[in-house]
Amino acid sequence: MTDATLVNEQRRHIPDRLEGPAARLAKRWEVLLLAVAVAIFVANSFASPYFLNAWNLSDATFNFTEKAMIAFAMALLIIAGEIDLSVASILALASTAMGAAAQLDVGVPVLVLIGLGTGLMCGAFNGLLVTGFGLPSIVVTIGTMSLFRGISYIVLGDQAYGGYPSGFSWFGRGYAFWVISIELVLFAALALIYYVVLHRTNFGRAVYAIGNNPTGALFSGIRVARVKFVLFLLTGLMSGVAAVCLTSRLGSTRPSIATGWELEVVTMVVLGGVNILGGSGSIPGVVIAAFVMGLVTFGLGLLNVPGIVMSIFVGLLLIGVIALPRLWGMWRRR
Amino acid sequence: MSVLKSREALLVGIIGLLLVLIAGRFPAFVAPDNLARVFNDTAPLILLALGQTVVILTRCIDLSVAANLALTGMVCALINSTIPGVPLPVILALVLAMGAAMGAINGLLVWKLTIPPIVVTLGTMTIYRGVIFVISGGEWVNAHEMTPGFTGFPRATFLGLPVLGWIAVIAVILFVLMIARTPLGRAFYAVGGNPNAAVYAGIDVGRTQFLAFVLSGALAGLTGYLWVARYQVAYVDIAGGFELEVVAACVIGGISIAGGAGTVVGTLLGALFLGIVKNALPVVGISPFWQMAISGTAIVVAVAFNARRGRGRGRIILKRAEGTA
Amino acid sequence: MLMQVDKKAEVAVAPVLALSGITKTFPGVTALSEVSLELYPGQVTALVGENGAGKSTIVKVLTGIYQPDGGTIRLDGRAVTFPSAQAATAAGITAIHQETVLFDELTVAENIFIGHAPRTRWGLIDWPAIRARTREILDRIDAPLDPMTPLKELGIASKHLVAIARALSVDARVVVMDEPTAALSQKEIEELYALVERLKEEGRAILFISHKFDEIFRIADRYTVFRDGSHVGSGLMADVGEGELVRMMVGRSVDQIFPKRTRAPGDEVLRVEGFAHPTEFDGISFALRRGEILGFYGLVGAGRSELMQAIFGITRPSAGTLTVGGQAVAPRSPADAIAHGIVYVPEDRGRQGAIIGLPIVQNVSLPSLAQTSRRGFLRMAEEFALARRYAERLELRAAALDQDVGTLSGGNQQKVVIAKWLATQPRVIILDEPTKGIDIGSKAAVHAFMAELAAEGLAVIMVSSEIPEILGMSDRVIVMREGLMVAELEGEDLTPETLVRHAAGIRGTA
Repeated sequence: MTDATLVNEQRRHIPDRLEGPAARLAKRWEVLLLAVAVAIFVANSFASPYFLNAWNLSDATFNFTEKAMIAFAMALLIIAGEIDLSVASILALASTAMGAAAQLDVGVPVLVLIGLGTGLMCGAFNGLLVTGFGLPSIVVTIGTMSLFRGISYIVLGDQAYGGYPSGFSWFGRGYAFWVISIELVLFAALALIYYVVLHRTNFGRAVYAIGNNPTGALFSGIRVARVKFVLFLLTGLMSGVAAVCLTSRLGSTRPSIATGWELEVVTMVVLGGVNILGGSGSIPGVVIAAFVMGLVTFGLGLLNVPGIVMSIFVGLLLIGVIALPRLWGMWRRR
Repeated sequence: MSVLKSREALLVGIIGLLLVLIAGRFPAFVAPDNLARVFNDTAPLILLALGQTVVILTRCIDLSVAANLALTGMVCALINSTIPGVPLPVILALVLAMGAAMGAINGLLVWKLTIPPIVVTLGTMTIYRGVIFVISGGEWVNAHEMTPGFTGFPRATFLGLPVLGWIAVIAVILFVLMIARTPLGRAFYAVGGNPNAAVYAGIDVGRTQFLAFVLSGALAGLTGYLWVARYQVAYVDIAGGFELEVVAACVIGGISIAGGAGTVVGTLLGALFLGIVKNALPVVGISPFWQMAISGTAIVVAVAFNARRGRGRGRIILKRAEGTA
Repeated sequence: MLMQVDKKAEVAVAPVLALSGITKTFPGVTALSEVSLELYPGQVTALVGENGAGKSTIVKVLTGIYQPDGGTIRLDGRAVTFPSAQAATAAGITAIHQETVLFDELTVAENIFIGHAPRTRWGLIDWPAIRARTREILDRIDAPLDPMTPLKELGIASKHLVAIARALSVDARVVVMDEPTAALSQKEIEELYALVERLKEEGRAILFISHKFDEIFRIADRYTVFRDGSHVGSGLMADVGEGELVRMMVGRSVDQIFPKRTRAPGDEVLRVEGFAHPTEFDGISFALRRGEILGFYGLVGAGRSELMQAIFGITRPSAGTLTVGGQAVAPRSPADAIAHGIVYVPEDRGRQGAIIGLPIVQNVSLPSLAQTSRRGFLRMAEEFALARRYAERLELRAAALDQDVGTLSGGNQQKVVIAKWLATQPRVIILDEPTKGIDIGSKAAVHAFMAELAAEGLAVIMVSSEIPEILGMSDRVIVMREGLMVAELEGEDLTPETLVRHAAGIRGTA
């Protein structure tokens, strides 16, 4: 290359994009995932005669709506290069706080505020430890995972809270119209909000920049710590929202509520195409992943496969989703 | 070095203070036989924490240890109840090999496919638990289905301490030796401290991490048998959530989650601290339901402590600033 | 004269190590293209070339860090391969690497012996032997270090001595020294030269990589020149002059590279007064005017980048004031600094400059999102317009603006980083080693552009370790050594000799 001549070369026009929208779409993980979702749907409808029933399908959405709400915020957090393993424990603590409040006969709005407030406070606690003290989020949230649920155990022991006001069941058991549940509507609304935040705002851009290169983002004038703190707040808040929905649906609180959900939420996010190391991923991907996991759980349930065996499937999915593309890459390089 | 030492000194001080406070009101707690009982009770935690220590030293984490323990425990319990004739040495060899194999699965995924350890072990953790359900059909294996030889081994007492406790003592000694005196032990530090420089020193980073997982797995497998034999029961959920306590012991002991810093003695002290707290709670009349929150708090506090130590001071350029670290 | 005769006589000696046809490619880049290199016992071979010529790559091939894609390595005439660093060490090849590849948490002794520690007869590591041999080696290089000190407590120069000790701990036949004097003071450099002489007498072959011509002419017997990953020539030092070496290195004469500038400094924009940091720098005061290019020269690790990062709000100074346009400011973050019109093009482009993984357009618009967006919502069309404006002005070579910045060459990545900052319309731009590791064409473009910016009234600070660049571009130069400002030079005082003398701490006048 005789680069010396380059200086004198005429200024060249650089196009905005290399490929058209169709070509870019075809390469996306989400498209592949959507095909998988359709395939599972078709397979399920052949495997069980009970599958293609509007009410059954509506019931199936409860398998993922609450987890997906947390997954939206978790997706942003993981894209930014952090993780929150305490989400299920935040949910348990928020549920416990609501249960304790319910014993004092408070109204439904107060109950919801307590649930969301507990989530926010837990998120702020995680965020402060990670961004304020510069601690690694994996260990911090392993610690708070134990701490938050531990508080629920201290409060409840082997007891349970019940006696929620009758209006409270609206969130988890109510229907907006026909078979469309309140939770499903909430899920859709949150999906839209998170889509806009991540893909259409300056904040979302900062999330991607931080995930790809936190130092570079800081050197580009992004307030990295502030963005990360907000993300922990959001994750806490969404765990609070999920706590309201799940507690409402179950009608009771035990300290073991939602045990192991952190794993399913992370799996959902990774399955949705979010890079576990941060930097890339999308909300539509997480939405499709939620449907895939819901459909699989529902399908296996119809075939009488017990829950814990399904967890083998979840674990394999989590590893397989990351391992298979890498194996494919290694095989192709040969 | 002095800072590292101070972490261990601090822990010894805290443990001493804890014992003095308890002894003030419940002198029986510090009687030698009770302390031996507490140590024996903490032995499984110590064993798993040793394995976890080398894993964390190499900048990885193993969340599958408790599930590995439970699965190996269930397998050897089933073997013992269906073929009672299998001799103990065979069982021991089998649980070590099985645990190591499960650790190797983790290690291979981390080494060959460079999947983040947290994802790998979160995944295998649920898979191993699921497999226990599949092989046991969700049933328990109870005391009467096990042979006395099988359950008696970890409970046999020698010089006032059960075999379980002795195994922990031996494991600690072996680990101290391995860390201080073998190339592999030093490689754990090198790989976690500066993976780039480790390559220049001719150390294979991935292979070292793999070996750390194998060690961790083998110890989890061995502990699986000891656990099941000691409590004379095996079921799907044994040692549920125990992986968090194991990580807690390491972090409290001063093992830096960023890798490359910490000592085996620190881990031992971290595990003893948790073990003493756990055993003291019922004695001083606090509900055991506090245990989980205490471990959680201890992890958070210890991580904050470790980070303060590890915070970089940047490059030392001014001559007068040298040697003041 | 006698030496001269000796050298001629040794031509007949067979090389210990001979590399031929070595090729190494990385995705998108050919780092080495069929290069050859021969090292002779008892002789120093200097490897010269510009940044990015492939010197560090050949070192990594020699020491088993990289496996070449093609070519052969012959040791005593026998073809060998080095699949790992350990294999190279076992074959008797040792290296002092450019970046210190050591372990902060381990002691000096262990840093020297890790990977090849002496063992007891039980196969265990022999700590007493390690300590004793460490003392021996440290004495040999006159390093006043305690073997049991943790490395993290040492400064840069001491760490470098540990790296040298590590290389000597192996009974090596070939010693590779990759810019061994870059971070050393004059006294330590003299000690290193004495060491090199001793190694030569012991019959070891030495590969010596350096940018400093005076030292190459002083200690090397032979030379090999690389340019853009290719071998352009080799021979005896006695047969070559400095001008000829430079021509081989650059491929053309040097003084054409720099644009002609007329000096016309305007009002003062930036004033730094008494800046200090506990471990990195102290007593820094200077002022900068519009249209001025202020050079910062010094050895690697003189504290220049650390000072610039304090001005940019990354680290906080422990004392001192910063004035921008007559107004006192104390940036607590880069975001603050940018708001005050100070921007920084970092030396570590991959980690601090470009956001690899994001497309060019998003890299350029990142600090300017407030302008391109509306109420916090992105406006992609505005972003593309902004990116195009600056990309075309900088003559960026890219297929499309939505291309990942990581797929660009080093020079074009640097242009994206500069474009990112110009889009914010700054008052002061700090360029830290702006042409390090980029091809000559991009280098010239960056220089021309820097001159253009100064002419437009931007105040420019340029940190550089390349003397031609410092001399060719700066109106005024501040020299730093060991975290302190040791000289401020301009006009006739600004010569290669004064720069080197102040940077290396040589007393007295020429």
